[in-house]
Amino acid sequence: MIPASFDYKKVKTVAEALTALSGDSKILAGGHSLIPAMKLRLNRPSKLVDITGIGELKGIKEENGELVIGAATTHAAIAASKIIKDKLPFFAEGASQIGDLQVRNHGTIGGSLAHADPAADWTALVLAADADIEVLGSAGKRKIKSTDFFTGLFSTSLKDGEIITAVRIPVPPDGTKTTYQKFSQPASRFAIVGCAVMRFANGKTNIAFTGVGENAFRDNEAENAVAGNAIDEASINRAMNTSLKNVTVMGDHFASQEYRRHLAKVYLKKALQAVA
Amino acid sequence: MSTTNGLIGKSVKRVEDKRFITGHGNYTDDIVLPRQTYASFVRSQYAHARIVSIDISAAKVMPGVIAIFTGADVAEVNGVPCGWQVNFKNGSIMKEPKHPLLVADKVRHVGDAVAVVIAESKEEATDAAEAVNVEYEELPCVVDASKAVKPGAPLVHNDVPNNVCFDWALGNPIEEVNAAMSNAAHVTTLDFINQRLVPNAIEPRSYNSSYDEANDKYTLYTSSQNPHLIRLLMCAFVLGLPEHKVRVVSPDVGGGFGSKIFHYTEEALLTWATKKVRRPIKWTAERSESFLLDAHGRDHITKAEMGFDKEGKIVALRIKTFANLGAYLSTFGSCVPTYLHGTLVQGLYTTPKINIDVTAVFTHTTAVDAYRGAGRPEATYLLERLIDLAALEMNMDPAALRFKNFIPPFDGVIQPGYQTQVALQYDSGNYEGVLKKGLEMLGYENIRKAQKESAKNGKLLGVGFSTYIEACGIAPSAVVGSLGARAGLFEVGQVRVQPTGKVSVYTGAHSHGQGHETTFAQVVADKLGISMDDVEIVHGDSESVAFGMGTYGSRSLAVGGSAIVKSIEKIIEKGKKIAAHKLEASADDIEFISGKFTVKGTDKSVGFGDVALTAYVPHVYPKDLEPGLDFSSFYDPANFTYPFGCHIAVVEVDKETGKVTLKRFIAVDDVGNVINPMIVEGQIHGGVVQGIGQALFEGAEYDDNGQLTNASYMDYCMPRADDFPMFETGSQVTPCPHNPLGVKGAGEAGTIGSTPAVVNAVIDALWSGGHKVKDIRMPLTSERVWRAMQS
Repeated sequence: MIPASFDYKKVKTVAEALTALSGDSKILAGGHSLIPAMKLRLNRPSKLVDITGIGELKGIKEENGELVIGAATTHAAIAASKIIKDKLPFFAEGASQIGDLQVRNHGTIGGSLAHADPAADWTALVLAADADIEVLGSAGKRKIKSTDFFTGLFSTSLKDGEIITAVRIPVPPDGTKTTYQKFSQPASRFAIVGCAVMRFANGKTNIAFTGVGENAFRDNEAENAVAGNAIDEASINRAMNTSLKNVTVMGDHFASQEYRRHLAKVYLKKALQAVA
Repeated sequence: MSTTNGLIGKSVKRVEDKRFITGHGNYTDDIVLPRQTYASFVRSQYAHARIVSIDISAAKVMPGVIAIFTGADVAEVNGVPCGWQVNFKNGSIMKEPKHPLLVADKVRHVGDAVAVVIAESKEEATDAAEAVNVEYEELPCVVDASKAVKPGAPLVHNDVPNNVCFDWALGNPIEEVNAAMSNAAHVTTLDFINQRLVPNAIEPRSYNSSYDEANDKYTLYTSSQNPHLIRLLMCAFVLGLPEHKVRVVSPDVGGGFGSKIFHYTEEALLTWATKKVRRPIKWTAERSESFLLDAHGRDHITKAEMGFDKEGKIVALRIKTFANLGAYLSTFGSCVPTYLHGTLVQGLYTTPKINIDVTAVFTHTTAVDAYRGAGRPEATYLLERLIDLAALEMNMDPAALRFKNFIPPFDGVIQPGYQTQVALQYDSGNYEGVLKKGLEMLGYENIRKAQKESAKNGKLLGVGFSTYIEACGIAPSAVVGSLGARAGLFEVGQVRVQPTGKVSVYTGAHSHGQGHETTFAQVVADKLGISMDDVEIVHGDSESVAFGMGTYGSRSLAVGGSAIVKSIEKIIEKGKKIAAHKLEASADDIEFISGKFTVKGTDKSVGFGDVALTAYVPHVYPKDLEPGLDFSSFYDPANFTYPFGCHIAVVEVDKETGKVTLKRFIAVDDVGNVINPMIVEGQIHGGVVQGIGQALFEGAEYDDNGQLTNASYMDYCMPRADDFPMFETGSQVTPCPHNPLGVKGAGEAGTIGSTPAVVNAVIDALWSGGHKVKDIRMPLTSERVWRAMQS
């Protein structure tokens, strides 16, 4: 398990990182997906730019009605954060189920989002939370709506040379309920199905899935089935029936397409029951 | 010889743990020799392909490269041998195609080695191996043993027709079994796959070879379970080297589970190459290499039928198995599906007519060989699945059905051993005892009530049983020799009393996690009446230990421990003569108790230390006695040992998802006498986890192109602590009647017993919900269980 030769640069500021990025260099933001792929020589960047030492990318704060999570904040830090537990409990719930302890202590939210694994946990969570992904590139700063961020299998709308700097989530109003219901792949503990739901007091309901299709997505049909209505057996059934309308469901040896589709609906039900 | 200080039977903490837990173990990969070089292999990506050409020109000139060898360079060298000859039913010898150190003609499984690069560093070796350019012509492959025997299937070895290594049968004549079966009132039939498992020792295989030119002497450090056996096989069968010119050392080894018994091509290749390059060469497998190369376990496709009379007595058992051997015959690949499997299908039952028929088949997959339990889990699985399923089909209680069929208790002393229909004679047993105890621990009646309740809550509760027997303490040499073994299976134990009374023990057994440094020291200290601190256990080095057959088949204490006890007896006998001379008494009047030689009926005594010193400073000494106090013994067991037990699983199945949750697991094991209960319990726990791993999580998955699609921990699911409830263990002791310690062995019991208990429990749960399925393919993933409920 020896990667091909590469250069390594640890940077202290985002500006320095942007300068260091060139050609086929890669950002190291925890490395729990990238390094194993490099060891198998499936990925061979010429240079790694390590951003985990950038202070401005770490930490969680509340600012102008938004929760701001630095891109280099670890899963473990998010799982343990008091403000997250208070205001965005499903982020803590989801973060605490990622991989194992080592992964949570090293992996970061920004790294996970940029990698855009179809079975990652953060993808569904940011979608359900109506988060914006804040990025910085040579052309300056921009915000990408989470619903515009995931574009396919391991694909995002990040442009070459752009770095995720933060995840911004509007602070949910009082009375908002959240949940993350996950059926884990037994070996990797990635999501075979992850269903994240944010239910507002006014009945608006955000429903996002990960693990099911090529990328995480919001399920608008399921959302409409429960929006504004009480969550009861009838509305849950409607949501289950209308969900996953135009989704190409993935299959693998842990869960075929048919079974995964079934599981997604079961987990949608569990999630809706949890926010009822 | 009486127990003298009570150490036997005590849960002494493991003395080796200090170095393991504090990171001071000394594993093969930790050893760096002067002028060390490193090897990296060029391996096939294809399951079956002709090698068209190999171009090493670019690799040869890369930085740090010392040498590159290909199949052509070792064409004259023998391949690695098989240690057990099995004959076809017609008497002809099994097919033994060469397993070359590097392949020259065609590759036969993914991972087959075509070249090795030796370089100054691991990094340089890896880079250069990548630069070796091999041109292949891909050929069709076959991975399924039942398909590989069909006409027209791709041949793994061109000279092995139908890919059949051998066919083999054991038991009563098939006509008699057929007749009994056709008269049966009920026949339970099960077609199933006992899936292939990857052994996954935590330490990858590692070798470091060196050659001392001045003395014409080789040294091989190897992560092996049996260094002497490796030396024997490598010197005598592969390289043709004189054994006294080859030292083989197995230092600390991080787990084996069988996969480190076998003589692998890399061991011989590195030993061959070190003389060529005149530098030490080290290779440590990458984890992906471990998945692809460490001999796998199980992989049987079986049809098994059990016939019953009206009362539920078993009248016949008929088994047909295709055993997948992989692409090459591994060291014991031939004996696992035969003499370690077919001989165990009597189980604990009085079945009068049994026939088992095995076809052993080559496929384009990794070699298959002994993996914790080795053949016995496969035998237990088919028997215990059949009997639980029969109970469901006949609407009988599975425990009652077993009681009806158990062989009655026998101690092997007053009552004779039990002669099975499949060659073995069980030594001693009390089979109903372990099931009774298991049922008590379970609270059987309450569980059946709870089963009815749980269905109301969207969950299906199930109870599954497994009452198993295994053959351990491998093995009486004459018996196994007559069955095809190419080695003796005795063990060696030398006890050297130092002049100060401290004791060094040299054993041919090898500890790679079992705790021999503790258990063996307990035996020696107990028998000699001295402190454990005064005993050291030495193992794993052909230069210090005279000979040995190593550790596998739960044999270390039963065979290796017995050899040590024999030497202790000789020490005490000689000690009595020395003491008698000192005490001016007759040796016949001396007794040895609590570390003292005492004249019977008097208070005249001399201590063990005094006798030891006198043996080495023999100033006042018996006239005709040699100085010194140092004995070596070979112990060849009279029979196998036969541990047995009862495992019970309680599971809950989620109706919506099919997810299985193990709620309780009860293991009552009878492993004979116990030296260290804590270590035995640890062995049972580990074994149970591995067995349940097969039932619920593990399984090597080959696709039709011969690719192992789950060759990493991201996809191959190893069992983890949070998958299990607290285990409930119980024990029963039926001593082994034929070895001096009365021990039977505990290393594999958990793996052998647990798998069918869990699967039976899931089947039971499904039947309780009205889903009358006979089988679900292991591992019982949530999807497979869910599907079983849809049908």
